[in-house]
Amino acid sequence: MSSEQILIVLATAIASATPLVFAVIGETISERAGVINLSAEGTIMFCAMVGFAAALATGSVWLGFIAAAVVGALIALIVAFNAITLRQSQIAVGFVLALLFSDLSSFLGVPIVRIPGPTVPAFPLPLLSELPIVGRLLFSSDVVVYASYVLIVLTWVFFYRTRAGLTLRAIGEQPNAAFARGADVVRLRYLYTLIGGALMGIAGAAFSLDFKAGWSFRHTGGYGWIALAIVIFGGWNPLRAAFGAYLFGVLQSLASVAQDQFQGVPTQVLNVAPFALMIVFLVFTSAGWLDRLLMHAPAKVRRRVLQALHTAPPAALGKPFVQD
Amino acid sequence: MDVELRHIHKWFGAVHANDDISLRVRAGTIHGLLGENGAGKSTLAKILSGYITRDSGEIILDGRLVDIRTPTDAIRAGIGMLHQDPLDFPPLTVLENFMLGQAGRRLWLDQRGARRMLASLAERFHFMLNPEAHVSELTVGERQQLEMLRLLALGARVLILDEPTTGISAEQKTLLFAALRQLAEEGKAIIFVSHKLEDIEALCDEVTVLRHGRVVGTVALPCPAEKLVAMMFGKVLAEPSKPHTTQDDIAFELHDAVIRTELFDLHIAHLAVHRGEVIGLAGLEGSGQQAFLAACAGVERLARGTLRINGQDMTHRPYRDYLAAGVCYVPADRLRDGLIPGLTIREHVALRAPRGFFVDRTYTQQLAEAAIRTFNIRGTPESRVEQLSGGNQQRTQLALMPSPLSVLFMEHPTRGLDIESTLWVWQQLIARCQQGTAIVFASSDLDEVLRYSDRVLVFSGGRVSPPLSTTALTVDQLGHMIGGKF
Repeated sequence: MSSEQILIVLATAIASATPLVFAVIGETISERAGVINLSAEGTIMFCAMVGFAAALATGSVWLGFIAAAVVGALIALIVAFNAITLRQSQIAVGFVLALLFSDLSSFLGVPIVRIPGPTVPAFPLPLLSELPIVGRLLFSSDVVVYASYVLIVLTWVFFYRTRAGLTLRAIGEQPNAAFARGADVVRLRYLYTLIGGALMGIAGAAFSLDFKAGWSFRHTGGYGWIALAIVIFGGWNPLRAAFGAYLFGVLQSLASVAQDQFQGVPTQVLNVAPFALMIVFLVFTSAGWLDRLLMHAPAKVRRRVLQALHTAPPAALGKPFVQD
Repeated sequence: MDVELRHIHKWFGAVHANDDISLRVRAGTIHGLLGENGAGKSTLAKILSGYITRDSGEIILDGRLVDIRTPTDAIRAGIGMLHQDPLDFPPLTVLENFMLGQAGRRLWLDQRGARRMLASLAERFHFMLNPEAHVSELTVGERQQLEMLRLLALGARVLILDEPTTGISAEQKTLLFAALRQLAEEGKAIIFVSHKLEDIEALCDEVTVLRHGRVVGTVALPCPAEKLVAMMFGKVLAEPSKPHTTQDDIAFELHDAVIRTELFDLHIAHLAVHRGEVIGLAGLEGSGQQAFLAACAGVERLARGTLRINGQDMTHRPYRDYLAAGVCYVPADRLRDGLIPGLTIREHVALRAPRGFFVDRTYTQQLAEAAIRTFNIRGTPESRVEQLSGGNQQRTQLALMPSPLSVLFMEHPTRGLDIESTLWVWQQLIARCQQGTAIVFASSDLDEVLRYSDRVLVFSGGRVSPPLSTTALTVDQLGHMIGGKF
């Protein structure tokens, strides 16, 4: 591959990963607070439709994003009410919502299928976009992409440098202990689940108004599920999760390059390959396999590697908070 | 701060957990709260610290009536509690745990200020805490130290400790007691909840004894131990004595074995355990005793070496072969590894029934009732195991042990149990030895190790000592060896 080709692959990767970044960060926030929003697939697809429809009706892409964020938060509210107030199974509710809203997007989206509509205008950042390589790669796209960079950094700073972020991590780990230290667990869990849902809604709009502009049947199919997997891959850390999203983007853009190189291979195989590779990564970084692999390594090395790679979900993930 | 409780009542369903409890703790003193499990000590401690809301009664601090309904209320009033299972956040760092919940309204975490405060508090009590370490790497004793410093930083003037000496090393206990005395001298009120007589006697100025949710009486210390025991149980208890039960033939043998733990490899050149013999494993928690027991019981694989049970080579055989050979493993975490939360005593009995597709209800009911009678379990066949108290869970585990039994591996056989249950458990274990069962047990209670073992293995610094006879061994010697001086 020439350096030009590599640059194109990477640039495509960043563009295709941007919606995923929003979704992955949203889910990470929600899960860190202890609530699994399993509706990601439905939320993203439905909000992609809503965002596009709203932008089409109002002529403003930004109103499209706002509409998508609001609807995403509303779907998250259903999840939150069931999970936090009714203490129902988060898995069951999320799953049903994922199916419901992805089908609903097809049903309600019929009138806007394959209609040209507004898209986010390109906006190369002055000065920064003129930097060699990096400028073309990172700073020559649009505001949505730049917003995703800011989101990643802000989320990390929030998690690890602010008091509220520490409390957020606490309520997902040991809600009882957090309550004992004065945190209003129920209110905060609602808040972060809604924020997470809004970000997933924005992820949907980032598809239909930017990366894959327009709306068609099952426009964002599979992205919600892969987002859920990337959150795990990312060990509930915003930087690692964003890295996972970009890795998936690279795999996808490599797959599309490969389509030209290997004419004989059916396109379906290459389309599905990134998903399969992601699973391989997930399996490999899970500690069980690594344990066996490192069985005969010296104890010190084993411990170091495991510590670096092993991540654990928030201890209270998916568990309702019952004050005793 | 002076603390006074007046006529506290608390019901849990039909159980009167606190029945008209009145209590007075003066500032600058250490006040013991003594009683067997289920006497209502923890309930009372939790009421005072806001984790449980009282049904009626008054809490008076320094002569002022206060209403405490949440832990936040309590800490605002200057009352902090250290729970038996530390209420902290294992994946977070020491510093993060320390900062969580500290007062302040600013957006940013003040890491530098918190680190300075933690260091100066730790220095005052000679605690060694690395602010960057994750709490999951700490021992129970260190987590307790951290929690104590955190509460002091929040301005606690009354400190309640619920069974603080369970699961901590002898050194940590000395450090803890010194810190508590220092705090009392500074004018703080300390409430020390325990079922361990010797700890109360060593530390407290006064003790209030609870039984069945009621106050039996408050006495100044020192006071004869027999009197306190009589107050706790309403009767006098006798210690079981350990007869000589070791036989000649070998029940369990390890040869040239390597047992892998997360941190180090344990090497055992040779170990032969005789029928009827009791082997105690001494050492700081996490020195490999658990890995040793799990490997010996066939739950984990030996990395190297051979393992024989009753002369038969069992190395790398599946766990069910160990069960068939009469091996039983009783882990420390009763609800995680031992029993199955959510299932009743009858269902546990039914699970052990060897064959048949259907569960024979009447039969298992009879078995469960018999077990409850023989093992004196406070519960019914339909009680779910997680509803039982720690002592009754341990009784249930013992009731589920198969018979006959060649080798029994146990972790902390009496951890968290009151004196009566502890003595009872050992009576049962000694009875097993007389039938020829070999017992290998780990305990952090050195007195227990010395009293009941025939020989001791000391675990220290990633190594295991050769077996040592207990006849000429003292608690002091054992303590030194645990410190790494073989």
